[in-house]
Amino acid sequence: MPHIEARDISLIYDTPGGAVPGLRGVSFAMEASEFLCIVGPSGCGKSTLLNIIAGFITPNVGEIRIAGQPVRGSGMDRGVVFQDFAQLFPWRTALGNVAFGLEMKGVPKAEREATALEQLRLVKLEHFAKSYPHHLSGGMQQRVAIARALAYNPAVLLMDEPFAALDALTRDDMQRLLADVWRTTRKTVIYVTHNVAEAVYLADRVVVMTPHPGTVKTEVTIKLPRPRDPLSVEFLDYQKELLRLLGQDAKGH
Amino acid sequence: MHDVARASDIALTPAAAGPLRRAARNAFPFVVVGAIWEAVAHAGLFPPRFFPPLETVAATLARLTMSGVLPHHALDTIVRLIAGFALAALFGVTIGIVMGRSRRAEDILLPLVSIGAPIPGLAYAPLFLLWFGPGNVPAVALVAFVSAFPIIYNSWTGVKAVKDIWLRSAQAMGANDRRLFRHVIVPGALPYIVTGLRLGLAQAWRILVGIEMLAAVPWGLGWLIFGAQEFLNTDVMLAGIVVIALIGLALEKFVFQRLEELTVVRWGMLT
Ligand SMILES: Nc1ncnc2c1ncn2[C@@H]1O[C@H](COP(=O)(O)OP(=O)(O)OP(=O)(O)O)[C@@H](O)[C@H]1O
Ligand SMILES: [Mg+2]
Repeated sequence: MPHIEARDISLIYDTPGGAVPGLRGVSFAMEASEFLCIVGPSGCGKSTLLNIIAGFITPNVGEIRIAGQPVRGSGMDRGVVFQDFAQLFPWRTALGNVAFGLEMKGVPKAEREATALEQLRLVKLEHFAKSYPHHLSGGMQQRVAIARALAYNPAVLLMDEPFAALDALTRDDMQRLLADVWRTTRKTVIYVTHNVAEAVYLADRVVVMTPHPGTVKTEVTIKLPRPRDPLSVEFLDYQKELLRLLGQDAKGH
Repeated sequence: MHDVARASDIALTPAAAGPLRRAARNAFPFVVVGAIWEAVAHAGLFPPRFFPPLETVAATLARLTMSGVLPHHALDTIVRLIAGFALAALFGVTIGIVMGRSRRAEDILLPLVSIGAPIPGLAYAPLFLLWFGPGNVPAVALVAFVSAFPIIYNSWTGVKAVKDIWLRSAQAMGANDRRLFRHVIVPGALPYIVTGLRLGLAQAWRILVGIEMLAAVPWGLGWLIFGAQEFLNTDVMLAGIVVIALIGLALEKFVFQRLEELTVVRWGMLT
């Protein structure tokens, strides 16, 4: 049985200006501990799809199944990381943010703080446990957000362009860090990006979406040993293939 | 590391240029006004009774303080202020949050609040005096009523300003409605709530001094000032005004600034 299954998902947004299609007929399946990237042109519905999997939006047609169970609303089997740095709670320290999920679970204070500190260590921020988010850089805040999503130990990690707003150097560091974290935790990850190099670096498999209103165009399995070398010929070949599928190669990217 | 960064931030602000210089800078405008006052008072343009020099005001202030009269007036006023303001804070924050959370409540209450807020508080005073008779009850009720408006309005705005992404993050981490309220909506709206409380307190002050003049309460700074007019005791009026200013300053410094330092300043959420 696949860990996550999307069955023929369609969604239409009701707006004051009329119905806006968000997704049409999206299906895919993934195994436990798989790292799946979703790439597609801007506005094709990647965030919409992730929000549906997270349970924030209910699709008009189709359903998401996780471990065989249909998704109804958000749940603690899934951790979510958004692109926006502002997702952290400014009124809580890094540690307080990371401990939030455990607190909601009713884990006693000493225990949840120990676990949260452990998670901060995983993203190399244990020295900033007592800092408030506004004293952390964008990259550090995103690392706290990852630690926070992992802290209550969900089986699935959903990430929506978490590093898109970072500078290139920081983003490289963060991708390496995430690859490490994934290797140690073996979560099932769905990672939305429109950066094909990022997808090739991180993913076991890449789902390529069509332009708006999006559906699955094709899937590409990345058969490269880890850790991956972004300068190797095979890496660049995968990148070219994805760009070709996205129809961007003609524009000279 | 950020502690170091913070320490250097502070070093760049004028605050660290020496507490003495800062005090001098803050005192400067008052010294200028005081000097002009003295010049006018001693020039003999007005009878000293109407325009007493500062030393007379200071002497009156000291005399009334020693005799216990001024502290009694001040205490009564502060008690009314606290009672009225506490009611306003309790109801104002609650109503504002309910309006922010419930579409129904918003539709019903927002028009009422929008119409009631700009009406000068003292315009309600005769009504309150008719309903409650003279004394403490109308004074406290009017203070509560009038100062609730800015508190309601800002609490409502604050709840509206709570970011969707915080709510989603918290829900994804298993927060139910009650916890969402306590751990996300209240702290998320706090910068606005604090602003509302501050405006509400200013409103409470203004209306209280006014209503004390009308409600025929035996003690209170508003009454002191109003009563002094009858006997042309300008020095007593001025002493009352000085005490009002000092209490306002103390509330700002020791209550609101402290509250902000402990919350929104620490969180980097200053609006
Ligand atoms: N809340 C909404 N209300 C109405 N329409 C929406 C809403 N959110 C998204 N859409 C529409 O749905 C489509 C898909 O949006 P979505 O945000 O999922 O795209 P995306 O692939 O994540 O884009 P990007 O790469 O720019 O983040 C877009 O055409 C957008 O206009
Ligand atoms: Mg998006």
